[in-house]
Amino acid sequence: MTAQTMPTRPAGPGRLRPVPWRRMAWVNWRQHRVALAGVAAFLGGFAVYLWLSGLQMHHAEAAYCHPAASISCAVNFTGPYSESAIIVSIVLQAVPALIGAFIGAPVLARELETGTFRYTWTQGIGRLRWALAKLVLLAVAVTAVAGAFTVLFAWYNQPWAAAGYVSPFSARTFDLLGMVFAAWTLAAFAIGVLAGMLIRRAVPAIATTLAAYAALAFATGLWLRERYISPLVTSSASPPASSWAISGWYTKGGRFAFGDHGSGIANTVRQICGGPCHGTHQDPAQLLAQRGYTHWTSYQPASRFWTFQWIEAGWLLALSVLLIAVAIWLVRRRAA
Amino acid sequence: MNTNIIEASGLGKRYGSTWALRECTLAIPAGHVAALVGPNGAGKTTLLNLAVGLAEPSAGRVSVLGGQPAGSPAALDGIAFVAQDTPLYRNVSVADMLHLTRNLNRHFDQHYAQTRLSELGIPLKRKSGKLSGGQQAQLALTLALARRPRLLILDEPVAMLDPIARHDFMASVLTAVADDGVSVLLSSHVLAELERVADYLVLLSAGQVQIAGEVEDLLAGHRLLTGPTAQADRYTAGPVVYTRRGDAQTHLLVRVAADDPVPPGWEAHPVGMEELALAYLREPGAGALPGPSLSGVAR
Repeated sequence: MTAQTMPTRPAGPGRLRPVPWRRMAWVNWRQHRVALAGVAAFLGGFAVYLWLSGLQMHHAEAAYCHPAASISCAVNFTGPYSESAIIVSIVLQAVPALIGAFIGAPVLARELETGTFRYTWTQGIGRLRWALAKLVLLAVAVTAVAGAFTVLFAWYNQPWAAAGYVSPFSARTFDLLGMVFAAWTLAAFAIGVLAGMLIRRAVPAIATTLAAYAALAFATGLWLRERYISPLVTSSASPPASSWAISGWYTKGGRFAFGDHGSGIANTVRQICGGPCHGTHQDPAQLLAQRGYTHWTSYQPASRFWTFQWIEAGWLLALSVLLIAVAIWLVRRRAA
Repeated sequence: MNTNIIEASGLGKRYGSTWALRECTLAIPAGHVAALVGPNGAGKTTLLNLAVGLAEPSAGRVSVLGGQPAGSPAALDGIAFVAQDTPLYRNVSVADMLHLTRNLNRHFDQHYAQTRLSELGIPLKRKSGKLSGGQQAQLALTLALARRPRLLILDEPVAMLDPIARHDFMASVLTAVADDGVSVLLSSHVLAELERVADYLVLLSAGQVQIAGEVEDLLAGHRLLTGPTAQADRYTAGPVVYTRRGDAQTHLLVRVAADDPVPPGWEAHPVGMEELALAYLREPGAGALPGPSLSGVAR
């Protein structure tokens, strides 16, 4: 067996100097390098694709789309590139979810699942410092990567915006532009971390993270976002260019009559005609206008884009901080 | 060193409505290899988890290293803990486990760790999950010792090991004790192994401390009496821990002072640690011996 003597311990207690934070950077890298490298490889490959196809799109738009409404633009730009642009935005929407699920969820769940927390949490660094360093460093890393991607995507998206095809408010691009993409990535990471801490097993935590993120993203896109600020209302034929139309309805004599979705229009037209309006080729909108109905549209003007970005990024950041704080609190008080 | 490496007073831990540990009052002086013995479910792991701060007490208090609150930075700095089944990152190489542990602690003796592993023939490049059970235990012990702790806590360190690995592991622990003067607290139900290494014994039963003390004192304070069964009930000289009745002869394990006379008709034998522990484990009601007094901390 070993016969060497160990040196005596360095000077006694007093106030202990804690383990330096920077050492945790190596720990993080060593423990998460496979997941981080996987995400980096995927995003790196995707970035190369965005760059190459973005270059082609920029050339096509510059060459054929002045004016944007021309047939040459349709043939050489919108036609060939619109499908891939849609696929790109769908894939990007999934990136925060993947980061949350494959980087966020396993961070604590894996430790609890395999029992290694009993090693890690009894080291000299202490579990609070360990959890803070680990979660904050990883959160900053994934947010920074997402932020970089936003810059690339904004450049990729430029030809479409220039040609007037994509409103910045479009559900397809709003959460890929500005600060919101990084904020969603951070929120997905935080959801993953907390799910992992609560569920304590990696695979169920990953599934839960995907489900929770999807629910939050859909609820925000379909319901919450349009309510950040009360929409403006106009009775003109169409809301201002590149604004975000939210809903439309008809009024008569100053009172709400019916919404412009579903069967409201058809029923009213039938009433007016006293039966099916055979033989009339009149535009129903015109007919309704003649009978004293006014059409209203509520919309968010394009000028509110950055305000909405700040609001969404703000509450996502607050949510993320809260979720990570709860996870750290649970690490502190969790009894083995 | 007069400090107690662990002190508990009225310590209790409840999981749901079940008390895993209750009214545990205990003080183990520094400089011992202390064995924590008890049947499964007696609260051994719970007590150790409380001592390293992995669990929070439901009642009472526990301090370590002469009054440091369990789980405090100073306590974590001076204690190395090897949990049951020696959890390691399975996909991490031995060399990176060293690097990892070095980064998570204020002190880490890299040279000591590497020398020790090469003496044990544990390759640095292998993933720790690919090591044998004995090698994993030795790696975990190396990581713990290289932190140069004042107290080494081992939870069932040899339960999963074969006899040779078990022997080697315990020899490593004893070498560290001899070389560095580290105090050791280890739990086990492998009594035969403990007899060789432990010089302090704590018996836990159903969440409570049954006896605690230096092995030498405990052995001197007990003897095994053999005599006619007919007279067994008439033995009143001292408390009887355990009675094994035969047709003709009965064995009594009794608590005595060293110079107590042997009653006429009885034959006295000294007891071994395993015998003593087994007797108490078979009689969970047998009373507690007063252990060493708590120093100032437990008020």
